[in-house]
Amino acid sequence: MLALLWLVPAIPFASALALAVLGPRMRARGVAVVGTGSIAISAAISLVIAGTFLGAPPASGAYTQTLWTWIDVGSFRPGIAFYLDALSLVMTVVVTFVSFLIHLYSVEFMRGDEGYSRFFAYMNLFVASMVTLLLADNLLLLYLGWEGVGLCSYLLIGFWYQDAANGLAGRKAFIVTRVGDTAMAVGLFVLFHNLGTLRIQDLMHAAQSQWPAGSSYAIAAAALLLGGAVGKSAQLPLQTWLPDAMAGPTPTSALIHAATMVTAGVYLIARTNVLFTLAPPVQFAVAVVGAATLLMAGFSALTQNDIKRVLAYSTISQIGYMFLALGVGAWGAAIFHFMTHAFFKALLFLAAGIVIEALHHEHNIFRMGGLRTELPVAFWTFLIGGCALAGLPLITAGYFSKDLILWSVANSPAGGMGLLAAGIAGVVLTSFYTFRLIFVVFFGRIETAVSHRPGLAMVVPACILAFLSVVGGFDKASFEALLNTALPHFREAGGGMSEALTSVAAGLAFFAGLLAAWYAYLRNPSLSRAAAGNPAGRLLHRFWFSDWGMDWFYDRLFIRPVVWAASASKADIVDSIYDGLASAAVLCYRILSATETGKLRWYAAWIAGGSVVTLAIVMWL
Amino acid sequence: MFPIREGFMISGALFTLGVIGVLARRNLLFVLMSIEVMLNAAGMAFVVAGARWRQPDGQVMFLFILAMAAAEVSVGLALVLELYHQFKTLDTDAISRMRG
Repeated sequence: MLALLWLVPAIPFASALALAVLGPRMRARGVAVVGTGSIAISAAISLVIAGTFLGAPPASGAYTQTLWTWIDVGSFRPGIAFYLDALSLVMTVVVTFVSFLIHLYSVEFMRGDEGYSRFFAYMNLFVASMVTLLLADNLLLLYLGWEGVGLCSYLLIGFWYQDAANGLAGRKAFIVTRVGDTAMAVGLFVLFHNLGTLRIQDLMHAAQSQWPAGSSYAIAAAALLLGGAVGKSAQLPLQTWLPDAMAGPTPTSALIHAATMVTAGVYLIARTNVLFTLAPPVQFAVAVVGAATLLMAGFSALTQNDIKRVLAYSTISQIGYMFLALGVGAWGAAIFHFMTHAFFKALLFLAAGIVIEALHHEHNIFRMGGLRTELPVAFWTFLIGGCALAGLPLITAGYFSKDLILWSVANSPAGGMGLLAAGIAGVVLTSFYTFRLIFVVFFGRIETAVSHRPGLAMVVPACILAFLSVVGGFDKASFEALLNTALPHFREAGGGMSEALTSVAAGLAFFAGLLAAWYAYLRNPSLSRAAAGNPAGRLLHRFWFSDWGMDWFYDRLFIRPVVWAASASKADIVDSIYDGLASAAVLCYRILSATETGKLRWYAAWIAGGSVVTLAIVMWL
Repeated sequence: MFPIREGFMISGALFTLGVIGVLARRNLLFVLMSIEVMLNAAGMAFVVAGARWRQPDGQVMFLFILAMAAAEVSVGLALVLELYHQFKTLDTDAISRMRG
């Protein structure tokens, strides 16, 4: 059954092609069947493959399927080949399954949109690219998928292209991630130049045998790959594109900008973990980037008033946790958190989508309110998702994965009190902004009347994801055992904290955030207004609201100089020569076209005069 | 001696009259007639030259010119008719829509 592996990316790709070519002539029902059905088949195949893999694991712990040689130049022979081990299996199953649920949701959410078939074509192409990225056997194929998901992200952020702001957001996402992708491409060059292959497994063996720990090549390669991961996963300092990416349709935000694509960076680092182990400074940088990002994004999420932007910042913050886990060598914990995050963050976006559609595309949380009784499905699913995000102890999946990360940070030789404190502060922040969102949107007075109630196609995916957000974290032990076949074991430093201690700390942090949100937004709402009202609070609010002024900073540092240089070089001396030629041609054209009067007698007169002049020249000169 | 000088002067005068007619007249029919005058002036120059050198070529050329003029007039008149249908006028200044 493992031989069916190639169908997992191939079916969505084929249906994306079919929808791109035939979609505009198909009826909406046909588009929905093709677009969602292909992902359903893909998800079913990946579940079957998972069953086979778990039932009878391949001897080496991995299964490779080579379809054909892609490029053949000297010793450079990357193939179109797929590599399935526990890591890519978990990622693929989660991605295809969550994709299927979100496609099902989109069938209803996007109904009546004029770009219905275009939307499904992009989404299917995205799933095909994402699965290619995950299953790639060599880094070049991975890069193909990496760029493919970037393209689909760009296309879907600017999906409603009639509004120029959406197009700008798409371009921003594309350009900012391109910065990271360029670093990653250079990283691939470094790896190929020094190790002579791009097949990931060969590469890891070669790196381990040829490079000593801390060698400068390993540090350079790992740092460049980290650059790519930081761009794709919206971590410091390239995180500015993700909040703006919320301009896309809500299912897009759920699928691409929460559950799957943005975790590609986490996957890349976990996949090339050998390189990061060989480069301890870079691995420490991963942890620091993660910790800094989760705190910064958490503070920013506190101040946003667009429901989707709050969720976007929380996505950045949660991926920060994954980076923190990767940085302290807890590879399995990062993938565990990826899985639970995919469930609960997709769920939160789907529930937010229900709310947004019910209120005529209202995004401002302060114009929502009291929806608890009006939209019970949205409320309960959002509450479950929110609890999982904030980490409600002992019940939700998010608690188990986040607790595992905190415990790993506390017990890793690379961890430390600073990182642990950042992680626990992050839990307080997460809980605070999550319940702020829930209290403002679903409690209090009704601000906007509900005009539209969700149908079955939107409710069922949300309920399934809610179920998974609760039970997804229960079987932690066997999940870790599975991942340990593909990833290095977590190395515990002696004399760390016990698991009970970090669990209690995480639980207390959750309740601290919950209480703070309850007090500031339900019990005593004037408090939050007063805090934002005084001058210091207002300044802080503006600072956090604008993502710590990063956009402003980049605008001054990069955008303005480049725009200035472009406008300055527009009028350079070389150009003026060509501009002169062009204006001379225009002048001749004006003169000649002025002689074209349409008056017959003028033409005759010109001919007669011309003949006389010609004759005179012939006879007397 | 054959009066070649006078012959060419008459032919030149006729040609000039034709040119003036083309330039001055606005009615398309008169323009066509002026063109005929110019053709005949050219034909006369051939005949005069043929008589001067006692060669038949001049008269042969005149026959060619006659044939060509007949063909030109038939096409020209057809165009005039069509233009009149289109514009209800034969004034060349009024028919000046083809301009740059």
